[in-house]
Amino acid sequence: MASIGKIARRTFLIGSAAIAGGVAFGIYKVRQDPANPLADDLAQGAATFNPWVRIDATGITLITPHPDLGQGATSMQAALIAEEMDLDFGQFATDIGVPSAAYYNRALADDGVPFMSTDDSFVAEAARGVMGGLVKLMGAQVTGGSTSVPDSFDKLREAGAVARETLKAAASQQTGIAVGELTTASAAVVLPDGTRIAYADLAQTAAGIEPVRDVALRGPSQWRLIGKPMQRLDILAKSTGTQMYGIDIEMDGMVHATTKCNPRKGGAMLGYDASAAETMRGVKKILPVTNGVAVVADNTWRAFRAAEEITFDWGPAPYPAEQQGHWDAVGAAFTDDHLDREWRNDGDVDAALSGDVVEAEYRAPYVAHQPLEPLSAVALVTDDRADVWVCHQGPRFVQDRVAAMTGLAADQVHVHNQYAGGSFGHRLEFENIDRTVEIAMQMPGTPVKMTFRREEDFAQNITRHIGMSRARGAVAEGRVVACDLGIATPSVLRSQMKRLGQSLPGPDNQIPAGAWNLPYDLPNFRVRGYAVPELAPVSSWRSVGASTAGFFADSFLDELIHAAGADPMAERLRLCNDDVARKVLEAVAEMSDWGGDMGPDRGRGVALVNSFGVPVAEVVEVTNTDRGIRIDRVFVAADVGRIVDPVNFENNVQGAVIWGLGHAMNSEITYADGMAEQDNYHMAEGMRLNQCPEIIVRGLENAEKIRGIGEPPVPPAAPALANAIFAATGIRLREMPFYNHIDFA
Amino acid sequence: MKLTVNGTTHDVDVEEDMPLLWVLRDELNIKGVKYGCGIAQCGACTVHVDGVAVRSCQLAAADVDGEVTTIEGLGTPDSLHAVQAAWVEHQVAQCGYCQSGQIMQAASFLDLNPAPTDDQIDAAMSANLCRCGTYPRIRAAVKTAAQTLNGA
Repeated sequence: MASIGKIARRTFLIGSAAIAGGVAFGIYKVRQDPANPLADDLAQGAATFNPWVRIDATGITLITPHPDLGQGATSMQAALIAEEMDLDFGQFATDIGVPSAAYYNRALADDGVPFMSTDDSFVAEAARGVMGGLVKLMGAQVTGGSTSVPDSFDKLREAGAVARETLKAAASQQTGIAVGELTTASAAVVLPDGTRIAYADLAQTAAGIEPVRDVALRGPSQWRLIGKPMQRLDILAKSTGTQMYGIDIEMDGMVHATTKCNPRKGGAMLGYDASAAETMRGVKKILPVTNGVAVVADNTWRAFRAAEEITFDWGPAPYPAEQQGHWDAVGAAFTDDHLDREWRNDGDVDAALSGDVVEAEYRAPYVAHQPLEPLSAVALVTDDRADVWVCHQGPRFVQDRVAAMTGLAADQVHVHNQYAGGSFGHRLEFENIDRTVEIAMQMPGTPVKMTFRREEDFAQNITRHIGMSRARGAVAEGRVVACDLGIATPSVLRSQMKRLGQSLPGPDNQIPAGAWNLPYDLPNFRVRGYAVPELAPVSSWRSVGASTAGFFADSFLDELIHAAGADPMAERLRLCNDDVARKVLEAVAEMSDWGGDMGPDRGRGVALVNSFGVPVAEVVEVTNTDRGIRIDRVFVAADVGRIVDPVNFENNVQGAVIWGLGHAMNSEITYADGMAEQDNYHMAEGMRLNQCPEIIVRGLENAEKIRGIGEPPVPPAAPALANAIFAATGIRLREMPFYNHIDFA
Repeated sequence: MKLTVNGTTHDVDVEEDMPLLWVLRDELNIKGVKYGCGIAQCGACTVHVDGVAVRSCQLAAADVDGEVTTIEGLGTPDSLHAVQAAWVEHQVAQCGYCQSGQIMQAASFLDLNPAPTDDQIDAAMSANLCRCGTYPRIRAAVKTAAQTLNGA
């Protein structure tokens, strides 16, 4: 890429500017270990080797700071430490820990710089280093962007190895036996004569010596856990109703609250009448909160019911009241003054499109997250501290936010991160936390649990962005020769960062994510991202920008391939210029018996999208039945470089495919009178079990870098389905959700 | 009014129209049963009344006319019901929030239909939403549980 030097200089400048001339200090700070949070409250005789391991008289505790949203993060993090530390499952407890700068997420920065994730050139690597430093400095302990595995893979194994070697040094000191004669197994140091000294019995000695830092990591041939099926640590609790989530917390003296705020998100409350609600059984208080009111009661249902008896006078929405106004704004953004960045410009697109062209317009709607556990939180505020019990993907942000709200110092705010009943990006926002703390501040000393009714959760949901693509292309001699994608969406990153009081230092790489980095040698290929001025607020939704741009890009490529008269698989393979991506395409071709006869009323579609550095190919098979489209089977191949747990990998991939297909089929949020028209699952259903296809998964390990799998299988699902429907019916679907245009069985 | 839950009889002072879900969760502190949608669209609140699956968000306390069993009464970590054992074996759960309802639905269904066809499994389990998308594993676990319950 000719422009890479220019990009790199700008990125370095952005990095410098963002910390106001403090780069040298920043890098120096970055190279220091952040303060170790475990050293603050260590019990007598306990040792800490790093922020991820605690050993004391009560046993071994592994700190797993990435919250478990359902993706299995707790087990994965523990397994990485246990691998090097020679612990077996069952020999340790886990603790999500306290928010701390020590738990920064370095991997998150990797896709925050404007380079392709497949670009490993020196400048790209160096830019990622600077961004990683910034993230570490800011202490962004964030779970998102499918980064838990890449963030953890080396760091946590190193933590385990340092712990192991330090324990061996302690054993050497206690016994006088040279370290080289010692081994470890099952949470003990083993002496040459077979005597075992439990790690717990070495903790006190280990506390008095310098940690052994110069440790080589074990190679794959030595792994006991990584790459082999594991039993999730939470599986028994989650199969017996004993897993506690944030919504399940109970405390002495706790009150139950709910809030109702202006469904025109961000609009003011002009007035309300709560006279009927005030006298209802169990209602303790009606309190004002930002743009709405809270009902505090002695039971959640009583709070819910009373909230429904309040009448409101809502102010207008700070965005177009009707859905058409949103589409008009998106459609008006394909202009030079809204150009956020030209992300790719290979060949001479204008010349290549001077003859016959194929043109199309694609659309993707706002979509809600709606994990099954409604947003809730518990807060207790007193004069000198605030405690919040909630699951959040960025607990440090919660800490700072609550400190600002209460006027307390950050270290007086204690965030107790919880297991989540799903997130999909919903728990990157703060509505539930803000409202709960607002109530708790008005009831000092009383623990307050606030729970959204599902309808309130829908109404306040900061959704996925809306988006549109205007695409043009050309074919010649049975080949695709040109593709020009304009993609317009409001900027998710700017919308989110604005709510954090920050600004995005550069273009938003989520607008074209999954499109600009198509791994194809198209001779003439241009991708432009246009930033639509903010409409309704938007947020990260599982797979973020690639959930829309991936649909636009792969669907339109499929149109061009059909226009060229080529085979969708063969032409993609011919164009593919990336070995790792090619192998996932070849895998699904073989798995699906691509080209084999399917019989009447049936069709196959293939799609390939690379998001978060992971190429994923999917082949969807459908039948056009007399009740509508039935999805029969999906074949998926993904390459994350290294699979930590094949069982959890398969479960995550299948879930992501179902997420992608279900929302493409039937889910959207539309605005009328400034409010979301959909208020519960019957209007935004996602996939149900009877619609679920057989999903056959293959994980490949050809990529050099290890990556996460939570999001990357989402983006190819929608285009693969649309491409399959085209193959079966001749109907080209260019707008999600598809059920507005075709029936599903 | 009196409610028998998991073999224990409770005297509860609640409105007649308080849904059983909230009696269980907020009055009796039985938390395995979950609130998801409040309108019988998701199934997270599924419990048994006299062994039959019901949506506890739609059942008024005064209308409970039998013994209530929640997931805690079906089996425990030390003594799993066959359906729970199948859920563990297949590692069904991701976030797990819907799984109490899924398991209660499956247990009731298999009690009524011990040898279901694939289509019957699909029909019986489709009113329970799983946002994580664990459906392939739910199907497999229901089949395994059916085999176990039939002594196969």
